[in-house]
Parts: sequence; C-alpha cells; structure tokens
Amino acid sequence: MRAALAVLVLALLGLALLVGATGFGVPEAAILWELRLPRALLAALIGGGLGLSGAVLQGAVRNPLADPALLGIGGAAGLGVVLAFYWGLGLAFAPALPLAGLVGAALGCCVLFAFAGRAPSAPSLILAGVGLSALASAMQVLALAFAPNPYALAEVTFWLMGGLADRAPLHVALAAPPILLGGAIMLRLGRGLDALALGEETAASLGVPVGRTLALAAAGVALVVGAATAVGGGIGFVGLVVPHLLRPFLGERPSALLAGSARGGAALLLAADLVARAAPLLLPLSQEPPLGVLTALLGAPFLVRIARRMAP
Amino acid sequence: MIAWHDSPVVIGGRTILHRVAFRAKAGELVALVGPNGAGKSTLLRALAGLLPGAPKQDSRRVAWLPQGARCAWGLTVAEVAALGRIPHGDADPAPVERALAACGLLELRDSRIDRLSGGQARRAMLARVLAGEPAVLLLDEPTADLDPAAAHEVMALLRVRARAGACVVVVLHDLGLALQHATRMVVLADGRITADATPGDALPAAAAAFGLPYGLDKRPRLLPPVR
Repeated sequence: MRAALAVLVLALLGLALLVGATGFGVPEAAILWELRLPRALLAALIGGGLGLSGAVLQGAVRNPLADPALLGIGGAAGLGVVLAFYWGLGLAFAPALPLAGLVGAALGCCVLFAFAGRAPSAPSLILAGVGLSALASAMQVLALAFAPNPYALAEVTFWLMGGLADRAPLHVALAAPPILLGGAIMLRLGRGLDALALGEETAASLGVPVGRTLALAAAGVALVVGAATAVGGGIGFVGLVVPHLLRPFLGERPSALLAGSARGGAALLLAADLVARAAPLLLPLSQEPPLGVLTALLGAPFLVRIARRMAP
Repeated sequence: MIAWHDSPVVIGGRTILHRVAFRAKAGELVALVGPNGAGKSTLLRALAGLLPGAPKQDSRRVAWLPQGARCAWGLTVAEVAALGRIPHGDADPAPVERALAACGLLELRDSRIDRLSGGQARRAMLARVLAGEPAVLLLDEPTADLDPAAAHEVMALLRVRARAGACVVVVLHDLGLALQHATRMVVLADGRITADATPGDALPAAAAAFGLPYGLDKRPRLLPPVR
C-alpha cells in the first residue's frame, strides 16, 4: 500500500509537469523549471506535510477529528502571515513570511495546549481549537479592515484563499527546509503515539516521555503548518481526510499511518492542484478555483461523516 | 519487589493517602481492597511511579493496568498486546504470542479491540501487560466487566504468574475473588491501611471498611472452577 502511494505520488508529480496555463503537454524549459516544477514540488511538500501533521495530531490527541486547520493552528499561522503582509515584511525580507507563519503556528500550538489544560481531553481540545480558529480569523479580518491600501487588501485576500499559482523556485526554497525538518521530527514519533493510544498515564508507565512526545508533535506541526500557510495560504482538511482514508488499508496504529499519510497527503494535494489547473482549460472559467476551496469542498463532507461515526 | 512508604499524597487539597507503608515481594498475589475513594488506585499509581514527584519506575520491570483501560483506536488484539513490548524497544513476537495464549486470545488476535465484548477487550489489555513480561504487575480492577468464570480465570492466571516469581498487586472489588486467590489482602480505608494479612485474617477489617457484617454462611454459592 505504501509503495503504491509512492508510485501514485511520482505519477501525479509527472502529470503535474504536463498541465498548466499554457495547456496540456510538455512546455518550454523556462515554464517547466520556473513555474511547473516549483508548483508541483510545493503541492507534494505541503500536501505531504499536512497529511503527516494530521496523522500526528490525531494520534497525539487521540481523536480522528484533529486537523491542523480545524484546531486553529492553520488560522494562527495565517494570522502571522497576514501581519507580515500587513507590515510589508515579506517585501523587505522574503523568509519573513514563513517565519511569521511559523511563529503564528507555534503560538497557536502553545495557546491550544494551554487552553485545554495539562491533560487535554479530546472534546476540550477541539473546543479550544474552535475558539482559536475564531480568534485568529477575527484578528485577520481586523488586519484587513485596517489595511493600508486596497492593493494590500486584495493581495492578502487572494493569498488567504489558498493556492499554488505562480509560485517560484524561491517559494520552494523558503518552504522546503521547515517542512522537511518538521516532517523528520514527526516521522520519529510513531512509538510514542502508539503508546498514547492507551492514554497518557499508561504511555508514561510504558516508559514513553509523554510531555516530550507532545512537545515534539506540536513543534513538527508548527514547522509544517507555518511554512505551508506562508507559501500556500489557507489549505485545510488534508490532514483530516488522508489518515481517515488510509485507516482501512494501513490499520489504525498511529505509527503505521505516518509515512502513508505523508504520501497520501502529497498525492491528494497534487491531484487537487491538477484539478485546479485543469479547470480553466476544460471549463468556461476565467481563472483557477482556489486550491483551499477545493480541499474544503472535499473535506467538509468527511468531517460530517467522521463526526457522525463518532457519535454514540 | 515493590514498595511505597512516602509522604502523604494530597490531590486538590484532599489527602488521598496518609503515610502509608506498603510493600509486596516476588511470589505474592496481593489483593488491595476497600471502599470507593479509599485510595486504592492512588496507591497503585504511586507504586507505578506515576504520581508527580514519585520516583519513576523501570517500565521493563513494572507494568501498570489502569481501571477501565481503553484504546483510542481500533487496533487489533495482537497490536494491542504488542504495545506491551514498547519498554523493551523490540517487536519480539514470542512474548506477545505467549501473552495472547495465556489470555485465551489466539483466535481473536486479528479482531479489532473496539469490536470486542467488554470482557474480551479487558483480556486484551491484560495481554498487553503480560507481553512485557514484567517482574511486577500492578492491576487496577482487571476483573471488572468479566463474568464470574472469566474473572476466576484471570485470577488463576495471575496466581500462576505469582507462583512463577512475579509480584502481583491487584485492586479488587470482589472480596470473594480476593479470598479465593490472593496470598495476602491489604485493606485500605480513607487513605490508611487498616489491615495487612492473609485474606482470611484481613476479612474482618475489610468488612468493617465496607460497613458490612461478616460471618459463616451455609447457603449455596459459586465456587472457583475445579482444576
């Protein structure tokens, strides 16, 4: 199954190089290297990171509804990036955007865990996430309301919709290091997350450093979500959908889902981005539908489905 | 061997355990009995090194099974049992197989734990503890949810472990099980140990702790299975 997912990711990567604004087929070299390859790589990196983050968060809080966007971490990262936009930090210093996203995501993780208490129960954590989401989006709106000029307003709004259009190699260079580092941290948490399936106390009795495992999970999620949000905007639901889809094939053990969710997330976002790119070529659309909207359209029914299945 | 003789345990302003001295040796099957809220679970946590400030225990030597143990995900029975190998950092299948066999779970090994009956799930949790092959087993009501036959079976299993040299401490609500299977009974009431003796000798204190009369009774009753 994991090998099949890897093949799928590679196939979609190849396909992604053959679709773009100029139509289907192999484009000229400049377009291939400057536009299509960075975009495909970003879709794979961000999708993989978000899929893995979802699997790790779900394992850490022992709840299949956990997702970086749903728990407000994406919103907090977005707020950081909006503020960086707002003060023009991104123009002055390119890495300021992912850094601001990282800071936002890290603060979001801290607020989330502090909000929910020392030993967060799943419902309290999710409610805290809802609160954090609402707070972050209110602050984003506040920043927009005081936008210095209409151009900044339009730029931020467009970015908030989420998408990978017109991303350059610079964006890959900005996003790849934190996403790869966060991914490497999270891929090593399998054993701890397995033990956490039995509860935090039992995990501790099995010799697992629970506090450290949760802190590393938060750090990994913050690195991935911060960088992904800075470069791709608000792309939600990947972390929710992918582990859910893979459980019937890979089993429910959190450790068994980590590598698979990274691959599945990469495949899902590559496919969604392909749809976004192909839509204006095949349908009478003036421009691409935002990627974040596509993943939300896919993810929202899943959320309802999972929540309904959890209800007693 | 495992012991606790430390400062009182105060949680949320309430003294759960006063100065309690408890120790259990290899080969013993100690039943910890007492009314709800007497501090049995807290004492077990203290022994397991899970209270804040308590000395940590070696997780390869000491295993703890909480009351109402649960698994958040639909792991298979074999996967749950294999979690018991986490302290050893290996995936040695032999002890896991032995644990599954001891708990009578070989046929259910590939069933998801969230689709089992309460008693079967409880045995899977016990298999997780046994798979680590710990020298000390601290079990909080491992017989809850079990029918009488299964409860006796679990106690018999623990007795075998104790006879093989393990140190087993079990919180029990069923005094009958304690009388029939334990080598020692420790009665806790209001955070204090009121008796520590053979089960028969400790029974008056246990009855007093529950506020129940005790005595000989000639009416028919269930006996442990004959082997």
